[in-house]
Amino acid sequence: MIGLQAYLVLAALVFAIGLFGVLTRRNAVGILLGIELMLNAVNINLVAFARFNGDLAGVVFTLFTISITVAEVAVGLAIVIAIFRVRRTVEADRLNLLRG
Amino acid sequence: MTLPTRLPLLVLLLPFAAFVVLAVVAPLRRAGARAGLLSIAAMSVAFMAALVAWVEGFRGEATWSWIPSDGGPIATVGVLVDPLSNAMLVLVTLVSLLVQVYSLAYLGDEPPASLGRYYTYQSLFAFSMLGLVLSPGFLQMFVFWELVGLCSYLLIGYWYQRPAAARAAVKAFWITKLGDVGFVIGIVLLWSATGTFDFGELFARAQEHALAIDGLGTIMFLIYLGAVGKSAQFPLHVWLPDAMEGPTPVSALIHAATMVTAGVFMVTRAQPLFALVPDVLILIGWVGAFTALLAATMACVESDIKRVLAYSTVSQLGYMMAAAGAGAADAGFLHLLTHGLFKALLFLAAGAVIHAVGTNDIFRMGGLFRAMPQTGIVFIVGTLALAGVPPLAGFFSKEAVLSGVWEAHLTVPFLMLALTVLLTAFYMFRVVFITFFGRAFEAGHPHEAPWLMRGPLWLLAALTVAVGIRLAVGGGEHEAPGWLVPLSLASAFVGFALAWAMYQRGLVDPATFSTALAPFDFLARRRYGIDALYAGLYRALVLGFARLIGWIDRYLVDGVLNVLSALTLRAGAGLRGIQSGRAQDYVYGVAFGVLLLFVWAQLWR
Amino acid sequence: MAVGPLTLPILSVITWLPFVGALLIMFTARHRPRAVRWIAVVTTGISTLLSIYAYATYNHEAAGFQFYEKVPLVPPLGISYELGVDGISLLMVLLTSIIISAGVFASWTVAVRSQEFYALLLALVTGVYGVFASLDLFVLFLFYELAVLPMYLLIGIWGSTGDVRPRGIFAWAYRETGVGTKEYAAMKLTLYLLFGSAFILVGIFALYVSAGAASFSFLELEAAVFPLGLQRWVFLAFYVGFGILAGIWPLHTWSPDGHASAPTAVSMLHAGVLMKLGAYGVVRVGMGLLPEGAADLVWLVGGIACINIVYGALSAMAQTDLKYVIAYSSVSHMGIVMLGAATLTEAGLNGSVFQMFAHGVMTGLFFALVGLVYEKAHSREIGKMGGFGNAMPGIATAFTIGSLSSLGLPATAGFVAELLTFLGTWRSGHRWWLFPAVAGTFLTAIYVLRVAKQIFWGPPSPQFQHLEDARGPEWVALVVLVLVLVLFGMAPGLAIAPVDTATVPLLARIVGP
Repeated sequence: MIGLQAYLVLAALVFAIGLFGVLTRRNAVGILLGIELMLNAVNINLVAFARFNGDLAGVVFTLFTISITVAEVAVGLAIVIAIFRVRRTVEADRLNLLRG
Repeated sequence: MTLPTRLPLLVLLLPFAAFVVLAVVAPLRRAGARAGLLSIAAMSVAFMAALVAWVEGFRGEATWSWIPSDGGPIATVGVLVDPLSNAMLVLVTLVSLLVQVYSLAYLGDEPPASLGRYYTYQSLFAFSMLGLVLSPGFLQMFVFWELVGLCSYLLIGYWYQRPAAARAAVKAFWITKLGDVGFVIGIVLLWSATGTFDFGELFARAQEHALAIDGLGTIMFLIYLGAVGKSAQFPLHVWLPDAMEGPTPVSALIHAATMVTAGVFMVTRAQPLFALVPDVLILIGWVGAFTALLAATMACVESDIKRVLAYSTVSQLGYMMAAAGAGAADAGFLHLLTHGLFKALLFLAAGAVIHAVGTNDIFRMGGLFRAMPQTGIVFIVGTLALAGVPPLAGFFSKEAVLSGVWEAHLTVPFLMLALTVLLTAFYMFRVVFITFFGRAFEAGHPHEAPWLMRGPLWLLAALTVAVGIRLAVGGGEHEAPGWLVPLSLASAFVGFALAWAMYQRGLVDPATFSTALAPFDFLARRRYGIDALYAGLYRALVLGFARLIGWIDRYLVDGVLNVLSALTLRAGAGLRGIQSGRAQDYVYGVAFGVLLLFVWAQLWR
Repeated sequence: MAVGPLTLPILSVITWLPFVGALLIMFTARHRPRAVRWIAVVTTGISTLLSIYAYATYNHEAAGFQFYEKVPLVPPLGISYELGVDGISLLMVLLTSIIISAGVFASWTVAVRSQEFYALLLALVTGVYGVFASLDLFVLFLFYELAVLPMYLLIGIWGSTGDVRPRGIFAWAYRETGVGTKEYAAMKLTLYLLFGSAFILVGIFALYVSAGAASFSFLELEAAVFPLGLQRWVFLAFYVGFGILAGIWPLHTWSPDGHASAPTAVSMLHAGVLMKLGAYGVVRVGMGLLPEGAADLVWLVGGIACINIVYGALSAMAQTDLKYVIAYSSVSHMGIVMLGAATLTEAGLNGSVFQMFAHGVMTGLFFALVGLVYEKAHSREIGKMGGFGNAMPGIATAFTIGSLSSLGLPATAGFVAELLTFLGTWRSGHRWWLFPAVAGTFLTAIYVLRVAKQIFWGPPSPQFQHLEDARGPEWVALVVLVLVLVLFGMAPGLAIAPVDTATVPLLARIVGP
């Protein structure tokens, strides 16, 4: 029997990988993938806790998150495409219009 | 309301109606002479009504609430009719009427729109002065007092495109307003102490010795300051000679019947109150006498015919005030009335001369008697009256003033006034000899003025004589010391003789006099430096202080604020680098923040 | 509460009609400038007629707050939409109506984005009406903000840039903040007023909490008793907060810059009505709710008012820009308003309220005239002008009448206001206030006549040709304002009778009957 600990470590690793991707990736699509990893890390946690506590709420939340994530990816990619159309690039470093 | 109040109210409202019509109906105003006719028509009816009120000796009072308050009105408006106001009504309406008729010819060449504006102001002027005369209390008097000042401002500045006229108008307003500062403070204090502005109530209390309020002397002094400004007393007399920049008929009006008489009228009206404060009365007497003398000396060296007359007005106002200060307000008021007649006459005659020769400078006139004998005769009548020669009107009123001052034991002021009699005769005959009898000046062909101008002149001359005779027959109840009449006649004769010797016969060279009296000559020609002093004070003190405050406001009060905001801007500029605009940098921040929170939570639980 | 013969919620209609007009302008009058103006004329016109009606039918015997309306908004917090007017606020509502109806005509020639201009102007007016009519402090505050914020856009977009030379030791700060530009003026004004409104909000909440009645209603707070210490500092907060809008020294510097940069109608409304909001707030909210605090602090209010009067007049004298002269004259005249209130006497308080009205109309007239002169001559430099009287006699006449009211000449509204204030000062606890006040009127005589002489008198300046007098709609503004000035100057009872019904009970609360 694999303990809860192992799931949590896995989730933390996936989260860290996702965060690393978000912070270091130049390409906007890569950043989106990183975000996706982080969200799934959270999902792993939720499912794990649901299983070990016998509470189905976590599973419900996970389903919820997955559906939201789909929408988020759709919107995110749409924005990336829109930016690409305007600026001809999806390099995150160049997208600094908000610079003070 | 009964006839005794209704009729004077009609006198008051007729010029007002004319003013409103002219102010509102622009086409009529722009029609010029027709506007004048409307104004004259209103004024004639007002004059006849005033005459009726005077002859019938109406008395009465009617008031209405003006500024309400919880415990009864703070201020009322209304009319107070008594012999004093009746006499003034007649004088004001008469002089206004004659001046307006005269102006039809005198200003006939003006553009119609300007002429209409002139008559609009004239009507307002008459209304304001009548309202002042009929005031039943200090507040209404102040209201119309200010309106009179406004009208003088407008009329002096009638030729507003001439810089000198613009300056003179503003100067007149400022200087009189300076006196009014005292007036307004005085009536505010009076109201605060007594709770009323009403003459009737105040006088009643004064009679019952129930007016024992602290600082009544101060209050009356402050109120008197208003009269100092309005009636051109030293040291606020400087505006009146400059007021000559207005058209000559306006000068006649201002000097004879309106504006400057307001101060004397006020002091006369408030006599029961001034009587309670002998110290202030003595001051009034001294200032009046000093003003009379000072102005007379300036008149002696002036070469502008209108300015000579202006200084003579200042001087005569000094007489009136001195009389009021001596407790002989009736004598002062009588002098006001007679002076109104012959000063209007003199100014209008001077206007006819100026109209004919096109200059104000008496040394560029000369021998005019041959060309305009009628004007010459009436001018001489006016001069004799002013110099105090019997049986003309001026003689009796001046004697009354002199005896009043003597009897009040104001010896030094009396001497000043007596000396002024001499100077008055001198400077007036100086003008007469130079203008009408001297060597004829070659330029131009002066001719007699049109009848519209001559008519008023003859009427005023006739009145000056008639009033004099009337006073000779009916007056003379005052017990003057027996030596007074000879003394003043002798003084006047000496003045006349001097003028004759200098300017007619050439027996004495005026230059010897000016060198003999060099310091006086020097000062008098420079108006004793009073004008220059005021100009300097205004520029250095008022404008200088204003500029200082303006600078402080702009660069110090506001500067602190601007420094604050500039520092804020700089702080923002310093911190802007943090905002890179790259989303990933912000996420770094978030991640680092979460880490910190985590560590904090672990360490200090 | 007295119920009018109409069941129409008359105050709500007056208040919201301009807002409806603003919406109509934004949504129906696109690119039709003429329609924009007519919508503005009609909506403000109806509001004006209704406020005259309300003024005429106000019951002087019953006094108190009339035309009362109340709709609960957030019952748990005690916030409700509660309107009602007494003598003071009624006069202010009337003033607002007069100024906005003149202002609509005075801005007839706005060419750039006139649709947005009028919409913002009307929205602002709704805020002003709302402040004067509100009896609920929370709603009053909302209206207050509504009145202040459109100003930023109105000045920032339609304003004009003046000329201020950076000088002195702080010159660097002047360069960095862009002093003189319209953006600077707009920002300064907004920041100042928001700074003030923060104080007001704190004060309102303090009263709300301290009263413990869970109500923002003025009437309920009026009935509550507050401890003296609280009264003192809350009054101070209200005084600073509202006072900034009333231009109290030394927090007045937003006003000259703001007024000078603002377009004509905005200057008119701002100096004419918005500054009165401040004074009204001090009197109504400050003195009305905190009688003992007010009585304790009048020395400060009156003292600063005296500084305002003299300092404003002297500053006005030092200006070379026509708009700045008028703007500083407002600072000086608002001093009279605050001074009258600080006397805590019937005459003084009546004078104060009357001066709010008189100065509102007068300064509205002045800014309308300055706008016209600027439009014809394209200059605001007094020194360059001269002899305009010949080409624009109508404007010159109106300017003269405005000047006369400004220097307190009888038969104009300014005189009555100043006289009553003077009468009040000598009966107040601080008699010496009379002297700076009277000196101020003399200084005013100096600078206004000097300006009038420089612009309209003298020989015509060769730099200006083809000047013309006011035309069409512009006349409407001038004539209305001049008539009101003279009418209320000759018959002051028209205004003082209703005002007195409100000031007497107010004073009774402060100094006892």
